[in-house]
Amino acid sequence: MSKGFVSVEQLSKHYPDAKQKSDLVVFDNVNFYIKKNEFVCIIGHSGCGKSTILNALAGLEQPSGGVIIMDEQEVSGPSLDRGIVFQNYSLLPWLSALQNVNFGVRARWPDWDKQKIEQHSLNYLEMVGLSSSVHRKPSQLSGGMRQRVSIARAFATRPKLLLLDEPFGALDALTRGNIQDELIKIWTESQQTVFMITHDVDEAILLSDRVLLMSNGPHAHIAESVKINLSRPRSRGEVIEDPAYYKIRNYLVNFLVSRSNERKIKDAADASHPIEIDPVALASDEQLATPNQPVLVTVNQ
Amino acid sequence: MASLKIKAIALSLVLLSTLLGIWEVLNQPPPASEALTEYEMMMGGADQESRVPPPSKVLVHAWNELSNPFYDAGPNDKGIGIQLAYSLYRVLTGYFAAALIAIPLGFVTGMSPLMFKALNPYIQILRPISPLAWMPLALFIIKDSEQSAIFVIFICSIWPMLINTAFGVANVRSDWIRVAQTHELGAIRTAFTVILPAASPTILTGMRISIGIAWLVIVAAEMLVGGTGIGYYVWNEWNNLDLNSVIFSILMIGLVGMLLDMALAMVSNLVTYQE
Ligand SMILES: Nc1ncnc2c1ncn2[C@@H]1O[C@H](COP(=O)(O)OP(=O)(O)OP(=O)(O)O)[C@@H](O)[C@H]1O
Ligand SMILES: [Mg+2]
Repeated sequence: MSKGFVSVEQLSKHYPDAKQKSDLVVFDNVNFYIKKNEFVCIIGHSGCGKSTILNALAGLEQPSGGVIIMDEQEVSGPSLDRGIVFQNYSLLPWLSALQNVNFGVRARWPDWDKQKIEQHSLNYLEMVGLSSSVHRKPSQLSGGMRQRVSIARAFATRPKLLLLDEPFGALDALTRGNIQDELIKIWTESQQTVFMITHDVDEAILLSDRVLLMSNGPHAHIAESVKINLSRPRSRGEVIEDPAYYKIRNYLVNFLVSRSNERKIKDAADASHPIEIDPVALASDEQLATPNQPVLVTVNQ
Repeated sequence: MASLKIKAIALSLVLLSTLLGIWEVLNQPPPASEALTEYEMMMGGADQESRVPPPSKVLVHAWNELSNPFYDAGPNDKGIGIQLAYSLYRVLTGYFAAALIAIPLGFVTGMSPLMFKALNPYIQILRPISPLAWMPLALFIIKDSEQSAIFVIFICSIWPMLINTAFGVANVRSDWIRVAQTHELGAIRTAFTVILPAASPTILTGMRISIGIAWLVIVAAEMLVGGTGIGYYVWNEWNNLDLNSVIFSILMIGLVGMLLDMALAMVSNLVTYQE
């Protein structure tokens, strides 16, 4: 039954509602899969439950129903096989950048000696371009540098699945672009499986193989799974010159602006599974804007 | 910045010299030429003795005492250094005994909501009790004035450390706990590598409050139990009507209290982190 490396089946989350008799259902019937070495982004309006899904994948939060299977085993708690980069970096402020990465490496390989741990950590810090400030504390680093330390810590433990919760949400556009390049580079080298939350349509297209579109809550679900049919390696400069880029972009923005509120279609037998779509293969559609007039929409809060 | 510092020092010196000047002028002995009143004759000139000594005399006395702080001439005549050493010994013994219990207990209390709820009523009742109120009970049970004084220090230092440790541990940011969880750290590793460093500044604040209180209480405790110590010394010199010594020892109590606080502030700086 399971299609991928990670498969999420019938996942749901309710919270008891004091005022009403029935529970508040954040999402239900969430089904999706992630293939090995795939980079998957999830986009949806604020509050639809993306972080909750990510935390359930991490094993940090108990879902109300459904199962998550990774590598043929059920996810039942946090594990070093799943590395996380939190939105607020979550570095330990009393440790230097290097010590923060060491912290993860030591937890992963407890029998390594100090020198080996340090060498391994330094490699990853170099990969994110931080060789010159490894002995600084997080408070002495800029937001972008902290986020890179956090990424280095997650990658250094070589998790089977990497979970990123809006990792660039707090960064300015310029820094964000640089770190996106960094992330593409590391991901290409390590071929890790990545699941990432973002609010930024361009970021999702640049980075991912597939974008999951989530409808608005309550009773949110994953409506569509959109294939990003652009050749790799991608760079920020080149990708925007590809006409396919606008086709995909307009498709995603269109969903978020006008279709994310649609109720689930109940009739189809398999409606609970997201519809797989490849915008590039679609015949040009009159509802999509022309490439010369990109729709400027930021999907945020 | 630098100029502010210099101005502050200058202002401090001006305040000091003004105060000392007023004190000096107000407390001059009456001129000898003036005839003594009948009352003064009756008192044998004792009035002169009962004046607060001027700072010049206190300074001379301080110089004498500090040039030989460790002399020991019998139970009622010991140098200021010896008396302070007795007090410090009692304070540090009681204080470290309290830390040894309060910090681990506070840690467990902070980590377990059950323990917190179970212990909270006791803490709330025991904490407001003046430490000196324990003295009679301590003397009756321990039957040793020295150890009773240490016990009183123990009792008064335990609460700030216990409460601050529990509070610091309970309020470690959940993000950091999640970091520990996602790295599969066990309970012990989490406690030592994440919770302890995260809560250290709060714990140190508790330790700093405790040492301050302990140093306040020891003076009173030693006045009660007698024998040795700076508290006993102050009271004894008052009985001798030696106000030079009383003022001098008051200043020494302040000085040592400040040094104790500075020592803990230094430790506190070592564990403080910037978020
Ligand atoms: N303890 C709780 N009690 C009730 N509702 C909760 C609780 N925690 C979260 N929720 C609800 O769960 C929903 C999903 O939250 P979640 O953080 O997963 O959203 P999100 O999609 O990540 O949003 P954002 O994009 O703003 O980060 C929200 O609508 C929130 O109101
Ligand atoms: Mg979120």
